[in-house]
Amino acid sequence: MTGLLSLRNVSKVFTLGQREIRAVDDVSFDVEEGECLAIVGESGSGKSTIANMILGIYPPSMGTIAWRGDVLPARRELRHRRAIQLVQQNPLSSLNPRRSVGASLRLPLDVHGIGDRSHRADRVGRLLEEVGLPAEFMNRSPAALSGGQRQRVAIARALASESDLVVLDEPTSALDVLVQARVLKLLAELRDKRGLTYVFITHDLSVVRNIADRVAVFEKGCLRELGTTEAIFANPQHAYTRRLIAAVPVVTDAEVALRKRLMENDNAAA
Amino acid sequence: MKRAAYILVRNPLSLTGVILITLVVFGALFADFIAPFPEHRGAVVDFANFNKPPEWPYLFGTDLVGRDLFSRILYAYRISLLLGAVVLAIAVPVGVTIGLVAGYIGGWTEYVLMRITDVFLSIPPLVLAMSMMGLLEPTLTNGMLAVTAMWWPWYTRLVYNLTRSEKEEGYVLAAEVIGASRTHIIFREILPNCVPSIVTKMTLDLGFVILIASSLSFLGLGVQPPTPDLGSMVADGAKYLPDSWWLTVFPGLAILVAVFGFNLLGDALRDILGVDQ
Repeated sequence: MTGLLSLRNVSKVFTLGQREIRAVDDVSFDVEEGECLAIVGESGSGKSTIANMILGIYPPSMGTIAWRGDVLPARRELRHRRAIQLVQQNPLSSLNPRRSVGASLRLPLDVHGIGDRSHRADRVGRLLEEVGLPAEFMNRSPAALSGGQRQRVAIARALASESDLVVLDEPTSALDVLVQARVLKLLAELRDKRGLTYVFITHDLSVVRNIADRVAVFEKGCLRELGTTEAIFANPQHAYTRRLIAAVPVVTDAEVALRKRLMENDNAAA
Repeated sequence: MKRAAYILVRNPLSLTGVILITLVVFGALFADFIAPFPEHRGAVVDFANFNKPPEWPYLFGTDLVGRDLFSRILYAYRISLLLGAVVLAIAVPVGVTIGLVAGYIGGWTEYVLMRITDVFLSIPPLVLAMSMMGLLEPTLTNGMLAVTAMWWPWYTRLVYNLTRSEKEEGYVLAAEVIGASRTHIIFREILPNCVPSIVTKMTLDLGFVILIASSLSFLGLGVQPPTPDLGSMVADGAKYLPDSWWLTVFPGLAILVAVFGFNLLGDALRDILGVDQ
């Protein structure tokens, strides 16, 4: 069976002067509809390159990426862009400082012709409310928002085009721990409500445990292990996976309790 | 606004710039009402009062045909400011667009556009303007054309470099992932982030455009008599130094005030808009 998105023998080679760098080496995996697939690995493991190829920022050097069974062309069509969206790591730079929050959120609506022109402002307001922000925020400049609020806006923008798959590129690593927990809770809620599929790129294994259904472990551009979150944590097969899990700082019972309490909190303004 | 006021009050040089430019612009706009002898801007002769040192009612003295220098300087400012405004109104959109396109699109487009820009930058500005003026008739329009031709590459350079760094920002990636057009990304996303630097440079440049235009007319290649022009006034008076010093000193000071004023104002704007150079 083919998934929502399937990568087959995908490689990416970058040429730097005379040197060739194989950032991703012969990777195949499927993303099933409705799941949250975590891609983990250290810096330079190729996980961002995979994200960029899924998003169509650059095509793979070899292999194919297919969307609902159709192979995606090197130059994406607008409908593919609409279906696959991104939430970036750094909410400080992902929103244009010279445009209002509303203008940033309206862009996907205008580009993809979603809704009536005259009703797009209402739509932007509803999107903001959906991510737990007041609709009046559309008139604000990103500079007037906190990091967590900006990340909520970025999430709203990824949903604005009624996307099916959202690539989350370390969406919580630039946020402080408390805000991080609320944003993760929001992401989990949105996935249930909208039936979204997530590709969650991270190096934080505690986040993976929290949100992911399956985990793909990358090292040096190769897929080392892919399995359900429970299986990976309970019985890691590959030596690299074991090292990665062993490197996680041990969490005390008190900290677990704190996290639980926060996750139960209302996700008002982060 | 509060921040702007604070910066101006705290920095006396910025305040000086604002005051000087306000005076210059005010004087040029309302020359008809301020100038004691508005008719002296044209071909008027008054041999009874020729070559007079500064004395009432001739604030800055009179020239060799008896025209009031103060009145003529006000009208010369009008021409200089008009010239500066027209030059920048053409050079800035052209230079900025080329810089944005070259910086964002990259590849061969970037290579071709930036090499053309380099060619223009490598010609000494006065030489380019002089040769253009030599080929064409020395009129005000051609003067503007010549100065414009040498001014746009500086904006291309500036905006090209800004675009290259803005391109790396997350908001550009976000717009690309959404599927926004290149036109949207270039003009609606990147350009607004370049505006503070462009505005600052424009203010600084107004002074320099006036200086270059004066240099050209000093060499007899710019605005032609009887239209009053600061550069040609300095040139005409230079023959009668040091006796009739007012013929050169006052038009020269007028150039200084305008250039100095625009520079200080540009620095003030840079502080207010938070542009880092």
